[in-house]
Amino acid sequence: MQIFINGKLKQLDGENMTISALVLTLNLTGKRLAVEKNGEIVPRSLFLETKLLNGDKLEIIGAVGGG
Amino acid sequence: MNEHLIIAGKAYHSRLLVGTGKYKDFAETRAAIDASGAQIVTVAIRRINIGQTAGEPSLLEYLPPEEFTYLPNTAGCYSADDAVRTLRLARELLDGHKLVKLEVLGDPKTLYPNVIETIAAAKVLVKDGFDVMVYTSDDPIIAKQLEEIGCCAVMPLASLIGSGMGILNPWNLQIIIENATIPVLVDAGIGCAGDAAIAMELGCDGVLMNTAIATARDPIMMAGAMKKAIEAGRESFLAGRMPKKLYSARPSSPTSGMIG
Repeated sequence: MQIFINGKLKQLDGENMTISALVLTLNLTGKRLAVEKNGEIVPRSLFLETKLLNGDKLEIIGAVGGG
Repeated sequence: MNEHLIIAGKAYHSRLLVGTGKYKDFAETRAAIDASGAQIVTVAIRRINIGQTAGEPSLLEYLPPEEFTYLPNTAGCYSADDAVRTLRLARELLDGHKLVKLEVLGDPKTLYPNVIETIAAAKVLVKDGFDVMVYTSDDPIIAKQLEEIGCCAVMPLASLIGSGMGILNPWNLQIIIENATIPVLVDAGIGCAGDAAIAMELGCDGVLMNTAIATARDPIMMAGAMKKAIEAGRESFLAGRMPKKLYSARPSSPTSGMIG
């Protein structure tokens, strides 16, 4: 399955991967982050049950230094 | 001094708000913020680096949200839609946190704010339940409109972001302060401790800065200087300055009892 993560095309093994599984795959477990899927925010409480579909566009964001 | 800055119902003893960008590393960021005494720190919202190694430290580990009030910003946004989207993500990121800094830029060269987009975004965010601290130009009419929309603080620039040019229009700031019933904070353009003191002497409720501290030769020493300047400026404002006159013909020493 192919999805876009932060503007980049990413190839993932298997179908119907959840956001929780993706976070694990990307080595982001435990990081404070927020996710938007196809323009809609996915609350952290729904990561376990939210499945990804081919072509989905994800934004994964965090806090960085800024003024 | 038992005197607090109240923003969105919460009291802060420090009137200095600082950014977290442009530092050498997170350790320096933390040391400078400690020296500044700031309780509110701004952060930017950006895409996570997916290739990042798992153990890489993050800003939040150096500045735990339990110790500081985070002020997520919309730096780099050029439209109301982008700013609103960014802050909704920030709210999710920070567990429903409502206090935000709205800034919508109009021009990548000068980073001058686009007040039309800023007003549009402020309306949406206030309606959506955010406590909006809003960065704007030093236009008193726009500042008042942002207050009427329901922003919890208005933050006019002293001069352009990162310019270090200091306070270019103290008269406009004075009008904004006089008209406002919400806190007025100078945001952007402060170059040195003297500028910060002048802002406070004008009657500002606080000052937000980043570059003046982070790009000083010694950021930690400058952070301490800024803390003192903010406190000195505030007390100077509260104490009430003497009136200016061209001359007084009244020396400070007695005119009687002169020898001979």
